[in-house]
Amino acid sequence: MSIFPIDPLLLSVGAPLSVAALIAVGVPKRIVVKLAYAGFAVPALVGVYLWWAFGTAAKEAHGYAFLSDYSTGLDGFGISLKLGLNGISLPLFVLAGVVGLAAGLYALQSTAERMKTYLLLLLVMLAGLMGTFASVDIFFFYFFHELALIPTFIMVGIWGGRDRSHAAMTMTIYLTIGAMLSLLGLVAIYVKSGAGSFDLLALRDTLASHPIGEVTQKHIFGLLLFGFGVLVSLWPFHSWAPLGYGAAPSSAAMLHAGVLKKFGLYGLVQIALPLLPLGAFQWSHKLAALAAVGNVLVIGLVTIAQRDLKQMVGYSSVMHMGYAFLGVAVGSLLGVGGVVMLMVAHGLSVALLFLLSTSIHQRTNTFDMFQMGGLAQKAPVLAALFITATFASVGLPGFANFWGELPIFVALWGFSHCLTVIALTGTVISAVYGLRAAARVFFGPQTEAFARFAASKPTNDIAWSERLPALILIAALLFVGVWPKSFSTGIDHALARTPPAVVASR
Amino acid sequence: MDFTVLRELAAGNNWWAVWPELSLGCLALFLLVLETLLPRSAHGRIPVISIAAQLGLLVALLANFDTSYHETFNGLLFQSPMGELMRAFFLVCSILVSILGRASLRGRSVPRIEFHHIVLVVAAAMMLLVQSRNFVMLFVALETVTVGLFILVSYYRSNPKTLEAGLKYLVMGALSSALLLFGIVLLYGVAGSAGLAGRTSEGMYYVGLAAFLDVNPHNFMAAAGIVLVLSGVAFKIGAFPFQIWVPDVYQGAPTPVTAFLAVASKAAGFIVLLVLVTQVFAPYEWLVGPVLTFMAAATIIFGNLAALKQNNVKRLIGLSGVSHAGFILLAVASAAYVPSAVGAVYFYLIVYLIASFAVFGVMTVLAGPDDTEQELSDYCGLAKKSPFLAGVLACGLGSLAGIPPLAGFMGKLFVFTAAFKAGHYGLLAVAVGGVVVSIYYYFGWIRAAYFNDEAEISPETAARVAGGGMTLRVTMALLAAASIILGFYQGPLGALLAR
Repeated sequence: MSIFPIDPLLLSVGAPLSVAALIAVGVPKRIVVKLAYAGFAVPALVGVYLWWAFGTAAKEAHGYAFLSDYSTGLDGFGISLKLGLNGISLPLFVLAGVVGLAAGLYALQSTAERMKTYLLLLLVMLAGLMGTFASVDIFFFYFFHELALIPTFIMVGIWGGRDRSHAAMTMTIYLTIGAMLSLLGLVAIYVKSGAGSFDLLALRDTLASHPIGEVTQKHIFGLLLFGFGVLVSLWPFHSWAPLGYGAAPSSAAMLHAGVLKKFGLYGLVQIALPLLPLGAFQWSHKLAALAAVGNVLVIGLVTIAQRDLKQMVGYSSVMHMGYAFLGVAVGSLLGVGGVVMLMVAHGLSVALLFLLSTSIHQRTNTFDMFQMGGLAQKAPVLAALFITATFASVGLPGFANFWGELPIFVALWGFSHCLTVIALTGTVISAVYGLRAAARVFFGPQTEAFARFAASKPTNDIAWSERLPALILIAALLFVGVWPKSFSTGIDHALARTPPAVVASR
Repeated sequence: MDFTVLRELAAGNNWWAVWPELSLGCLALFLLVLETLLPRSAHGRIPVISIAAQLGLLVALLANFDTSYHETFNGLLFQSPMGELMRAFFLVCSILVSILGRASLRGRSVPRIEFHHIVLVVAAAMMLLVQSRNFVMLFVALETVTVGLFILVSYYRSNPKTLEAGLKYLVMGALSSALLLFGIVLLYGVAGSAGLAGRTSEGMYYVGLAAFLDVNPHNFMAAAGIVLVLSGVAFKIGAFPFQIWVPDVYQGAPTPVTAFLAVASKAAGFIVLLVLVTQVFAPYEWLVGPVLTFMAAATIIFGNLAALKQNNVKRLIGLSGVSHAGFILLAVASAAYVPSAVGAVYFYLIVYLIASFAVFGVMTVLAGPDDTEQELSDYCGLAKKSPFLAGVLACGLGSLAGIPPLAGFMGKLFVFTAAFKAGHYGLLAVAVGGVVVSIYYYFGWIRAAYFNDEAEISPETAARVAGGGMTLRVTMALLAAASIILGFYQGPLGALLAR
């Protein structure tokens, strides 16, 4: 920690936030761009540095490192800004930094109207994301999530594609319901634990010696499950996701689908499972059935039927969340560890897909896959990147996604054979829609409409300014893919300290 | 002649204890004196003098913030840190109303100085109202407030809608005062009736009445009196089933007065209610609890559903104010069991003040010659024409909707936590539903200002966006900033309320 003059975790939140404040105050456009580069880069650098330093850092209570505590005047309510990272939050913190950098770079090369406001909102969102995963206090965990969520609505509303007003409204209402339910769940934990504190460490200590009664646990876990579930698009509360992502501007979709959506799963893994093990056990079969049949099978088939490229990516992300829910439902060390890996992997790959979809749109002027074709001849690099992203998303070995899905499937086999078969069918489904999309967009003959558009505006290949963010994401996917241990050791330690729910109660 | 009685009375008259109220009253009279002394051309300065003097008073009040607890005037009033906080609260309200009023009165052919005069008198009466510990004191202070507001509500007297609002407020106000007075009389009568244990002639004092109610926790007449008193107060805060006057009066009243009604008058009602429920009517929790629970649920549901379909922003903010009254009632209903609920009420009122005045500031700037006709469609495309006004509006509405990181979220969080501790699970479910519904109409307003590209702002409105004057703009910027900062950092306020 010595290389930073101030707390790096605070820096990762404060840097984008202060750049946003400077933009709001109204610095000249020239400086805005430079400042924005810094605002996007600092969290990523802090993330990578802390990942590197985490292995040797001194671990305090419950495997947390880099702990610090700041008062905001609410000590009387048991609320303080407590920051720290453990093996579960570290991967997501790094994910937020990396995807934030990619989304920021992509936004900076785009030609969005009202660029200053767009960058400002992205920076606020990034600050919220970094804060969410760095918070040990569950009040601030929620608070930072909302800080990141509000800019999403605004960005969809202002910079979104067709139907943006409707999409923004739908997203706002769905996600507010989810957020309110999860807030109630968190308040319930705070009140019922009797710890008098929102500090996760204090809550764990209190609940380890005085657990909440089983029935109450079941109710609170239900609140959190459905609250977080709406936020993570658990079937049948998913319909905001494809609609919202279809309309969202690319950087907002990257940050939301890639990182912010993981908030709910992270909450379940980091807060709900360790604090409410008995409640989790009560819900596990229902959750597993819902996730396997709803998210994986039904949404998987729906995804195949999509014509709109961006909506297809949106649906595929809903489907992949099903695997994560299955891992949460199983609750074993292997399953939950897989969920954390999958969150990182999916975050990187879905952000990459949204980025490339927008790049495709710029060259074809449509999201309708039936209107495209033969783009590979004009833009071979873009085609290569997109196919790489598809392979990663399908879960080919060598990419991070493989290490997320494999442990979940192995853990699921011990839980239910039938559900494992359904889940494995899902991988076939995702291969079908992924490869079909690649084939439709890049190969085969050009459609007439596309040929006319291509003739009117010469199609060029993807530029370096667009390649760079894509390459950052691919590099991260490959890095985790070939060296999963870089994260899994930490995850393993964190989960072993707090034995996951079902294992403990069986 | 024996002067001992007079001497004792004199010893109990701690005039120094009410210096803020006295100063406000003197300032109010001084404004009238200035009007007669100064030449007509200098009359424009008088509101500025009023605002500056009030700011000075606010600084003096905060510098001499008294954190002691003791009664003054032989128990008519009670000095407490919460009372001091509310004094500052009402002073801030009257400053803001004066600033809004100055902008709103510009270019209208109505008397000016009297407006500022009455605002000061009403604010002083509100300060006394929340500190009173005697029903006669309560009633006199309340009537001073109400009579002042009768005049203010119908201030733009050339507008028929404003006159209608004035009449409605007069009739409804008189009815509620009558209910309240009837309840007080019943309580006083039953407390003094011979044959009941613990009878007392001190029934007008909260302490005396509380002692009597403690001994007779199931007296029918007392219960009837309590229900009547609660009904009288429910009128003031606009709680169901006494909310029916709210939309018409809020629409008809001049915008600054609507703000005064929505924030200060409501806050005064809530503090009175809080004191009565926790200190006087505590033995009748079996009655007060269910009544408040029902009122809170019905108020939240009614306010939010009725606000959904409003196109006039004054009616919209009025009805959304009804739903806010419901949320605060939720905390009041929990206050009997959970001490932290009291802090939650105060905090909610403070963030409500900040957010509401930010929104009312924007409404004042955009209001046309007809102050009662302010439609949602007037806000279409506001963000392009004036990013500043749209930003202030977004901060205010976001805070009212309870969206983090704005202050309104913290207010709701404290209320919900208190309600959870008190075990009001059913009410919480209603409240969460209410929050989601409220997001819909607040979002609709923000959407009109920001996301609506097709509809252009009308030329008349566009001409007004630059208006309002520098003072009002700085005030609005401060309010918006306060809405954001209080969401992140509550500082000494959080510490004061968490006790």
